[in-house]
Amino acid sequence: MGEVVDHTDSRILDGNTSQSIAECTLTEPSELPPRYQIVDEDGTYDPERVPALTDDELIELYRWMVLQQVIDVRMVKLQRRGEMGTYASGRGQEASIVGCAYALEEPDWLFPYGREATALCIQGMPLRDLLLYWRGVEDANKQRANRTFPPAIAIGTHIPVGVGFSWGMALDDADSISALYHGDGHPSTGEYQAGMNLASVMDTPTLFYCQNNGYSISAPFERQTGAKTVAQKGIAYGLNGIRVDGNDVLAVYDAVRTARAHVADGNPTIVEAVTYRLDAHTTNDDPSLYRRDEEVDRWEEKEPVGRFERFLRQRGVWDRVDPDEIREEANAEFDRAKEAADAYESGGVEEMFKYVYDETPPELERQLAEFEQFLDERPDAYDFIEHRPKG
Amino acid sequence: MNATIVESVNDALHTAMAGDENVVVYGEDVAETGGVFRATQGLKDEFGPKRVLDTPITEIAIAGSAVGLAMYGYRPVAEIQFSGFLPPTFNQLVSMASRIRWRTRGEMSAPMVIRAPYGGGVRALEHHSESLEAAYAHIPGLQVVVPSTPADTKGLLLSAIENPDPVLFLEPKRLYRSFREPVPEEEYTIPLGEAAVRTEGEDITVISWGSMMPETMAAAENLEAERDISIEVIDLRTISPLDRETIVESVKKTGKVAVVHEGPKTGGFAAELVATINEDALMYLEAPIERVTGFDVPIPMLGMEDYYLPNPPRIEEGLKAVLDGGAGT
Ligand SMILES: Cc1ncc(C[n+]2csc(CCOP(=O)(O)OP(=O)(O)O)c2C)c(N)n1
Repeated sequence: MGEVVDHTDSRILDGNTSQSIAECTLTEPSELPPRYQIVDEDGTYDPERVPALTDDELIELYRWMVLQQVIDVRMVKLQRRGEMGTYASGRGQEASIVGCAYALEEPDWLFPYGREATALCIQGMPLRDLLLYWRGVEDANKQRANRTFPPAIAIGTHIPVGVGFSWGMALDDADSISALYHGDGHPSTGEYQAGMNLASVMDTPTLFYCQNNGYSISAPFERQTGAKTVAQKGIAYGLNGIRVDGNDVLAVYDAVRTARAHVADGNPTIVEAVTYRLDAHTTNDDPSLYRRDEEVDRWEEKEPVGRFERFLRQRGVWDRVDPDEIREEANAEFDRAKEAADAYESGGVEEMFKYVYDETPPELERQLAEFEQFLDERPDAYDFIEHRPKG
Repeated sequence: MNATIVESVNDALHTAMAGDENVVVYGEDVAETGGVFRATQGLKDEFGPKRVLDTPITEIAIAGSAVGLAMYGYRPVAEIQFSGFLPPTFNQLVSMASRIRWRTRGEMSAPMVIRAPYGGGVRALEHHSESLEAAYAHIPGLQVVVPSTPADTKGLLLSAIENPDPVLFLEPKRLYRSFREPVPEEEYTIPLGEAAVRTEGEDITVISWGSMMPETMAAAENLEAERDISIEVIDLRTISPLDRETIVESVKKTGKVAVVHEGPKTGGFAAELVATINEDALMYLEAPIERVTGFDVPIPMLGMEDYYLPNPPRIEEGLKAVLDGGAGT
C-alpha cells in the first residue's frame, strides 16, 4: 500500500499553482438534475409547453399506449398457455415506448432491444410479425421495409451497429437518424461505451434512447452505475443528455423532437426516459424476489396511460374518446394478428440453412440434403422434434 | 442427497465457499435472486455480500476482474448468465486469463472459474442457446469442463475451483432439472481431464459430453436392443485437457467410433477427436469415424431449434453408418 496523501495539507493549498483535489475535480451534482415534465401525475399541465399536436394526434398517442397495454396482457397470457416463447412486457413504460417512436420521422431507423412492441408497430411492423418474433420465427426479422433492426437480445450489441448505420446516413447526407432503444443496464456494457465514444468522435446522427425502468432483471439502477443518471453519461463523451419523465408521454415526445433536430445535425444525444417496469422482467422472472409490493404500488399510481387520460380530460379532448372502443379495437387487432401468426407457414428444414451465406456453400448443401433424406427415412424423428418436453 | 444438476452446482458452491474463504461468487443477478436458474441461491445469506455479489451487465469486466482477483489471491467463481454472452469475455480469456501463468513465467496465475449455462432446447430467446465449446477449447491455457450428471457436476466444479489455472465450466442447462441422482453430501472432487465410461461395450465407441449425453445414451440403448450389439459410451466431461487414454483404449477394443455433439460440425470438437484417434489409434480403426452434430448454421430461435439439435434417431443413423461402413448423417 502506498502512503495516504492528505489533500487538505496546507502545503498544497498554499501554493499558487496547485489546488486541492476538491477544487480541481469535477464533481457530480449532489442533487438529481431536473426531470423534464409537461403533464404531472394529476394530469395538470403547462399549456405553454404542450407540443404542437392536433387533437387527433393526441388521441393517436393514447391509442398506441392502449395497444401496448393490450399487447402486453395478451402476450403474457399466450406465454402462460404455451403458445408463445419468453416475452418481455412493457407495462408501465407505455409513454416512453410510444412517445419516442412517435417523435421519429419517416426515414429514421429504429434499433430495438426487445421491450418496445408498439415502437416497432409505429415504425410499421405488422403486429403479426411481432407475434412471430416472440414465437421464435426468424422470418419476423425481415424488417427492412419498416426501417427496423431485429431486436438486440445480447445486451449492448446493437449500439455500435446503430452508430455505424447512422454514420452511413451521415456519409450519405441522408435526412435521417438512428434511434437506439436501450435499457438502463445497457450503458454498463463495453459495447455501449465504445459505441457512444465513436458516435461522439464521428458526429453521427445517433439518438441513444434509454428507458430507465429502474431495474435490469433484479439489479436496481444503483447496481449498474455509480452515476446518478444515464443522461449524464454523455458528459464525459461530449454528448448532450436530456432526462425526461418517462411516464409523461408529451414530455418524452417533446424531448425526443428537440433531440432529434439536434441529432440530425450530427450531435449524438442521450435521452433518458425515467420510468418503471410494472411487470416482471420477462415471463421467466419472479420480481417478488427483489422488489417490494409497496414500491410497485407507488409506481402503479404514476402509471402513464391513466395520467394521459387525466390530461385529455383537462384538455377537453376526452369527450371525443371512446376508451372501450379503442380497447376493443386493439384487442381485435391482436386477434387478427394472432390468427395470421397461427396461419403463418414457415418453410421446411431448408429454412434453417437459408441466409447463412449469400451463396450456400457445398458443405451446407450437403448437410441439408443429408438431413432431408434422414427425415424421410426416420419419420419417428419428428416425435423427438415436435414432442420433446420443452423448457 | 438426491439432486439435480443445478442443485449440485449450488451444493458445490456452498461447499467450496465454506471450505475456502477466498472463494468469491459474482455475476449478474446471482446474489439477490440466486441467479436466473437459482444456481447461486442462498449463498449471499450464508456468506454475506462481500463474497457474493451482483455486478452490472458487463461480461468484459466480470471476466477481466476475475483474472485480477485471482492474481491477487482470491478464487473467483463468476457466472455468465448464458453462454451466448460469453463472447465479450473472449478477449479477456484469450489475452489475459489463459496466459497469465505463461507470460509471468509461472510467477502468477489466474485460478478462476467462469460458469455458464450452455446449449439449446429450452425454448429460449436468440443468443441463449449457443454451444461453442470448441472455440474455448482452442485457447491454450484455458481448461473447458462440461458435466452431464449431478454427481459429476459437484465433483468437477469443486475440482475446477481448486484448480490452479482458469476453467470455463459449461453447464448443460437443458439438463439442469431434467433428472436427479444420488449426490454425496460430503466434499469430493473428480479430476479434470478424466473421461467417464458410461456403458462398456465391444462393438462401437460413442463419444459425447454435456447436453447430448441423454440422447446419446438413449440412442445407444435403442440400437443395442435392435441389433444385439454392445456399445461403449464415453462421456468426456472435460474437453480440455482431453483424456486421450480412455478414448484410445476404447477404440482399440471396438475399432469403431462415432462422436456426438450439439455445436456446429465444421471446426467442432469432434474434428479434434477424429484427429486424435488418427494420431494414436488409426491402425485399430475398422471404419471411418462418424460425426453427429449440429449443422453449420446459427442455432435457430425456438421455432426451429429442435430440428437443429441431434436427437436419438439421428444418432442411431450415425452409429449405423459406422457399423455398416456406409455414409449417414
Ligand atoms: C450481454 C448480455 N448479458 C446478459 C444478458 C441477460 N439479460 C437480459 S435482459 C438483462 C437486463 C437488461 O436490463 P436493462 O438494460 O435495464 O433493460 P430492461 O430489461 O430493464 O428493459 C440481462 C442482464 C443479456 N441479454 N445480454
